[in-house]
Amino acid sequence: MLRIKRVPTVVSNYQKDEAEEGAPRGGGCGRNCLNKCCIQGAKLPLYAFKKVNQTETEKGLLGHETKELPVEFLDSLLLGEWEDRVQRGLFRYDVTACETKVIPGQYGFIAQLNEGRHLKKRPTEFRVDKVLQPFDGSKFNFTKVGQEEVLFQFEASEDGEVQFLPNAPVSVENAPSVVAINVSPIEYGHVLLIPRILECLPQRIDHESLLLALHMAVEAGNPYFRMGYNSLGAFATINHLHFQAYYLAVPFPIEKAPTKKITTSAGGVKISELLNYPVRGLVFEGGNALQDLSNTVSDACICLQDNNIPYNVLISDCGKRVFLLPQCYAEKQALGEVSSELLDTQVNPAVWEISGHMVLKRKKDYEEASEENAWRLLAVVSLSEERFQEVNALIFEAIACAGNANEDIAERSLGEADDKPQSHEEVDAINNSSCPAMVSGTHECLVLQ
Amino acid sequence: MDSQLSLIEESFNNRYSSWVRDALDDLPDNFTITDPSISGHPIVFASRGFLKMSGYSREEVIGRNGRIFQGPRTNRRSVMEIREAIRQERAIEVNLLNYRKDGAPFWLLFRMSPVFGKEDGRVTHFVAVQVPIVSKKHRRNNGVSFSEDGESGGLREIVFGSCRREVCSDSLLEFDRVLALDSDSRGLEIQDSCEASDLEKQRAATAINNVLSVLVNYSESTGRSVCGKRCNLPGMSFISSSLHISLGRIKQSFVLTDPHLPDMPIVYASDAFLKMTGYDRHEVLGHNCCFLNGVDTDTATLNQIMESIQTERACTVRILSYRKDNSSFWNFLHISPVRNASGKIAYFVSVQIEEGSKNQDRHGLSPEMRQLSAVGAIKVAVRSLSMSAGTSKS
Ligand SMILES: Cc1cc2nc3c(=O)[nH]c(=O)nc-3n(C[C@H](O)[C@H](O)[C@H](O)COP(=O)(O)O)c2cc1C
Repeated sequence: MLRIKRVPTVVSNYQKDEAEEGAPRGGGCGRNCLNKCCIQGAKLPLYAFKKVNQTETEKGLLGHETKELPVEFLDSLLLGEWEDRVQRGLFRYDVTACETKVIPGQYGFIAQLNEGRHLKKRPTEFRVDKVLQPFDGSKFNFTKVGQEEVLFQFEASEDGEVQFLPNAPVSVENAPSVVAINVSPIEYGHVLLIPRILECLPQRIDHESLLLALHMAVEAGNPYFRMGYNSLGAFATINHLHFQAYYLAVPFPIEKAPTKKITTSAGGVKISELLNYPVRGLVFEGGNALQDLSNTVSDACICLQDNNIPYNVLISDCGKRVFLLPQCYAEKQALGEVSSELLDTQVNPAVWEISGHMVLKRKKDYEEASEENAWRLLAVVSLSEERFQEVNALIFEAIACAGNANEDIAERSLGEADDKPQSHEEVDAINNSSCPAMVSGTHECLVLQ
Repeated sequence: MDSQLSLIEESFNNRYSSWVRDALDDLPDNFTITDPSISGHPIVFASRGFLKMSGYSREEVIGRNGRIFQGPRTNRRSVMEIREAIRQERAIEVNLLNYRKDGAPFWLLFRMSPVFGKEDGRVTHFVAVQVPIVSKKHRRNNGVSFSEDGESGGLREIVFGSCRREVCSDSLLEFDRVLALDSDSRGLEIQDSCEASDLEKQRAATAINNVLSVLVNYSESTGRSVCGKRCNLPGMSFISSSLHISLGRIKQSFVLTDPHLPDMPIVYASDAFLKMTGYDRHEVLGHNCCFLNGVDTDTATLNQIMESIQTERACTVRILSYRKDNSSFWNFLHISPVRNASGKIAYFVSVQIEEGSKNQDRHGLSPEMRQLSAVGAIKVAVRSLSMSAGTSKS
């Protein structure tokens, strides 16, 4: 069994006193949480989004423009509720008082000095060799957070129109999905989307949940509001299904990386490979409908988790682009293959770090932050080229099997494993002059079944 | 909408006189001009050539953002590049897939350039030229050239669609064996892109220069000169156009004040603030907010505001304020410090709500929530926009 020690992130004010559960005060457990004890009669704002069938209508662009609101509603709701929690003092620190900068260089990696995020927590052991683990109700999960940490309920509207109710009852039968604050934000507006929270789903992507996350990105309508997902083994710390999101109005390095198109799925989803980026990964975009994009990406995610391959997902550009990054850092760490120099920085390469947003805990690391350092860390996160192509073959097969792809994909993915196309090796060789040296990935991540 | 159209008219005429339109209409090129200081960053001028190419009428285009021409197959990375160029107030040239009004996609060479006001160095407009890419035979693949039948020695299975074919068909292109690389990373995506010929690039450059020279000429006639190069005036305090774009999206009545300048003057006032108070923008910029107070304004409340500013804390008060016409109203005022990327206070924002005014949000977000959401959006904009080197002071 592979384990690593790390400081868990405190995402809720109810997480730290896990051990010292006091006697109930008043009704329920006294914390006004989301569990059965307190949910009776609870009310929270509810935002119901309109299900659109097309990502963008090819025709009739004119119809499209009339609904161009100056500020998207969900965006305002989220920002307003979040600022309200700032005023109410629910966060552990003021993230806007944390120094941050864009590191000079070709990619513009972003560094933040955050000395307060990991205070007061002791390192805990995490199992990193199992991407799918059953839900454990005895551990911290989001049903234990206080209702004041929940911003609103988020669901598809029944009648196809956007709906907002400032005070909607939380009903168990409705299987509510909620958006809650992260009390240790890494940027302004840092929230967690917890699909069907009361069902206590483990950290595992399914079609419905990914579509919900994509809808949230679309509804926010802000290219600087990104959503992310970490699987277990890829630095998720809480095994209760959740996505994260926050605002940062600068481009992420991963969004700037060039891509090479691999294929287009039957649903019109363009699948490309990231080039010239330290972490190898796939980019999904387009699609005849949001559902197509969602299905293709979730088929890929499901394939990875079923094959026990840890991965991260970044949803960017208002839900128009999705990055999928299989990784093996935690495994290397557990096997003692990560240098102490990297480990000392205590940077856990989860989705945000992989996308190029580095949250640093030590002033020294912040001051010395360079593109080269960021690149060196991320290169260790990436699968080797060989392993990446193997994983891609699995992914393309899964997508093709799921019936979302045309024959071209099936053909290609089958041919790929033995007849490997030349790729990154050459790219790196040719472009070495313009990028920091890539740490060669000789290590192969094992698929641990 | 009407008020926005009149704003657009005004923005243009004040700077270039009303005759500039005729001069611009005489230019044969396809181009549009946008104004980043108007909410939504709309197109304020579209040339005849552009309208013909896109199939839209002038009325359908003026007041809209340029993104309405994009569609499902538009490369998102190129769109991001444009977004960032605007944010950094610099010129850019990219190949872009756009859609005509009838839904037909077409490739164009998009070249954009900022226009700076000489008086304060601020970006007043952006000009973009859209040259349709028509050449089919001159496909150049980073030094590797291919014959029409795809039989290029050693390169197996390569099928090159023309731009049009790539646009119209779903043909799977096999580029595995071609890693056509050059230092320009865009070259890597050539299979989904369309390379403009040197002639087209030349046309775009000339067209931009023609438009700029008309704008420069006509701006001189109003005494509010513009230029195509950034003119840095030391010591001037202004808000970058990118911050303007972000702030312009926020519909609430608010002002930003700069605590580092003497008397803490207003450095930004939203359209809604001007509408609510009856002042013109130039009457409030550079002035302390105290012009909102009048004879019956409670001094205890004013002291409360002063104290929260001194202690760098947010506060909410109900205060009697006065419009330009001297009529008064109860102002539900929220003030909050706003920090920049170094974590230091850059501005104080004050968001006003007129008590008793009708809740105009059709979805029913409470006035308090809208007030806080404005604060949030401003915090994000100011923090993010001060992060990178290379943008103008914000
Ligand atoms: C002067 C100007 C003209 C523009 N014209 C077009 C255009 O013709 N087609 C297009 O796709 N985008 C055009 N754009 C770009 C969009 O307006 C917008 O900036 C871009 O989509 C990125 O920002 P967004 O993420 O807000 O959409 C233009 C931008 C400017 C400043």
